[in-house]
Amino acid sequence: MNAADILQIIIFCGLVAALTPVVGGYMARVFSGERVPLDRILGPVERAIYRICGIRADREQHWTAYALALLAVNLAGMLALYALLRLQAWLPLNPAGQGPVAPDLAFNTAVSFTTNTNWQAYGGESTLSYLSQMAGLTVQNFLSAASGIAVLIALIRGFARRSARTVGNVYVDLTRAILYVLLPISIVTALFLVSQGMPQNLDAYTVAATVEGAQQVIAQGPVASQVAIKQIGSNGGGYFSVNSAHPYENPTPLTNLVEMVFLLLLAAGLTSTFGRMVGDRRQGRALFIAMGLMFVAGVGVACWAELQGNPALIAAGTDPAGGNMEGKEVRFGIVNSVLWAVATTAASNGSVNSMHDSYTPLGGMVPLVNMMLGEVIYGGVGAGLYGMLIFVLLAVFIAGLMVGRTPEYLGKKIEAREIKLAMIAILTMPVGILGLSALTVVLPAGLAGIRDGGPHGLTEVLYAYSSGTGNNGSAFAGFAADSLYHNTTIALAMLVGRFLVILPVLAIAGTLAARKAVPASPGTFPTHGGLFVGLLVGVVLIVGGLTFFPVLALGPVVEHLMLGTGIAF
Amino acid sequence: MLNELRPAFVLVLVMTVLTGLVYPLAVTGIAQAVFPRQAAGSLIEKDGRIVGSALIGQSFAGEAYFHPRPSAAGTGYDAANSGADNRGPTSAALIGAVTDRIARLRADNPRGAGPVPADLATASGSGLDPHISPAAAAFQIERVADARHVPAAQVRTLVEEHTEGRTLGLLGEPRINVLLLNLALDERLPVGR
Repeated sequence: MNAADILQIIIFCGLVAALTPVVGGYMARVFSGERVPLDRILGPVERAIYRICGIRADREQHWTAYALALLAVNLAGMLALYALLRLQAWLPLNPAGQGPVAPDLAFNTAVSFTTNTNWQAYGGESTLSYLSQMAGLTVQNFLSAASGIAVLIALIRGFARRSARTVGNVYVDLTRAILYVLLPISIVTALFLVSQGMPQNLDAYTVAATVEGAQQVIAQGPVASQVAIKQIGSNGGGYFSVNSAHPYENPTPLTNLVEMVFLLLLAAGLTSTFGRMVGDRRQGRALFIAMGLMFVAGVGVACWAELQGNPALIAAGTDPAGGNMEGKEVRFGIVNSVLWAVATTAASNGSVNSMHDSYTPLGGMVPLVNMMLGEVIYGGVGAGLYGMLIFVLLAVFIAGLMVGRTPEYLGKKIEAREIKLAMIAILTMPVGILGLSALTVVLPAGLAGIRDGGPHGLTEVLYAYSSGTGNNGSAFAGFAADSLYHNTTIALAMLVGRFLVILPVLAIAGTLAARKAVPASPGTFPTHGGLFVGLLVGVVLIVGGLTFFPVLALGPVVEHLMLGTGIAF
Repeated sequence: MLNELRPAFVLVLVMTVLTGLVYPLAVTGIAQAVFPRQAAGSLIEKDGRIVGSALIGQSFAGEAYFHPRPSAAGTGYDAANSGADNRGPTSAALIGAVTDRIARLRADNPRGAGPVPADLATASGSGLDPHISPAAAAFQIERVADARHVPAAQVRTLVEEHTEGRTLGLLGEPRINVLLLNLALDERLPVGR
């Protein structure tokens, strides 16, 4: 690793860390209902939305009503998107004449975008009309991101409130998340991205006559408006098939930096929102640091692996100085590709600027492990932090067991019910990943999707179901995911991974909100110091390690040991 | 109960209008007014015809042109069907393809010095990578100069003029846009001058 590589990593991490309290503080004000500068413009819009929808903004909801309404919003979104994809051939804004999306693919895509996964079994420019991209995918990018934020905010209120019956109003939380947070940032970002070369038009695909006399059809469309929210809302579903590796979707190193920062920014910022809303900023900072440690470790391992290059290709005669460039773009090089790969799987973003399937075994294992850990290293907007708070409950529970005290967190006693609910949320990952991967490798319909032989084939399957269950959406893209079997099972994984976590989290929020506070005593385990950060990281790694190490040994680890021995598949 | 959930369905409709139509169309309007060239895809016109986009790579096979990276988009640089090769690191097909490419690169560039640059022998992520590394350009300079019957130094000067450094001296990697370089070659050092 040379100085330029290290400097780029430092610039990226520094930007995220510096902006975290800024956006975190702003979001804390938005979700506490305080006045923000944008009120003057957006206040009337907000009130109009409440009037049209019949939302009584002053009425708060019990956690069950909150959860039910959230499910209804997501179900309505899913149905609307499914209908749009099936009908796009007969609707306007379809200059490329795309046909209707097949039923299983439309179902998979509808689930994918409403669960904030944005798994792409389709190729954007070859499957979807402009209307589907805008009024379908872009809308769900906003709604699913807002849903994640809403669930987290409800959980934060659970910690912050004392003897309360309600956790907030989900319609208000969703509306404010979109209006005050996601939309303004998206507009500014989209325009910046256009200035750097990202297309934004509704014209038919351009036909160019190339210098050597061939014909090149250049797909375009309303790219920037979708790419902005896809990065900001940790959605990740690309406008184009190859996502942010496409030069139109990520034209320059500067757009790459901006897209990468936004990939983590809201999720990181929410740690600061959390600290402010529970009245102790040190708590948010401790979680930020725990996440940061795991992130930097992942970047280190993956960078090292990719800079080494692929020994088999070096033996064939490529220059070892170039590193493993297969599936990577020249303008980003190794370091920016790796940084993105680690960030996109730490967050549940899932956009890519290089092809993870072509990474070296250990380089590709880091993104896989990030997802298996539950995407709690910053994670998806809202989803990452509520996932991490589940691990926090587990960590204080384990600490409580060690010293023989009832565990507490932020002045709330953590009892058997919360731990049971937390375990349900934690167990969705192994059930979704290991259960469905096991099914896939024994069923002929499942095996049909695997393209690579040997251990890499197993890794492709693991990656697909980790990405689905973790609501990530990135892929080992050699895997042929667009089949009836995979479209259905991956959709199932996405639903389980999203809603079987959201429901326990909201239940915990409701129970904790109702509970009285206990005053801190000398025996209270402080949860803002280095000891707690270490314990938390330990719990995340041990839970993930015990669950997934055996299968990782059969996939990327054994592939790494074979690499350079001359064995190929 | 249903009364309680009515806002859910209306909210999805309202947000579809706001974030699915108003937002992208407003961004489209502003973008086309302020950044018309970029919003239209940074297209390059030559003699009144569109020859490509400054951001999108295209195929070059002639020996008088610099060649781009191998592409897995469609049949090669299909800009309506972006794609990567997506073979794993232990794939025999990948290793075979790279071995073949290296043999061809060596045959095409007999005077190309040193090992074959990694980017020239491997497919990009998008299949539309417009750039090659400075090493990949240097590897081809002698061939292009011979085909155009000009001294290599003149081609090298042109390559150096077209080498983009890191943004702000920090971000990304040094690179050369193959289409822009080849257009400049045709203009400044035309074949059969």
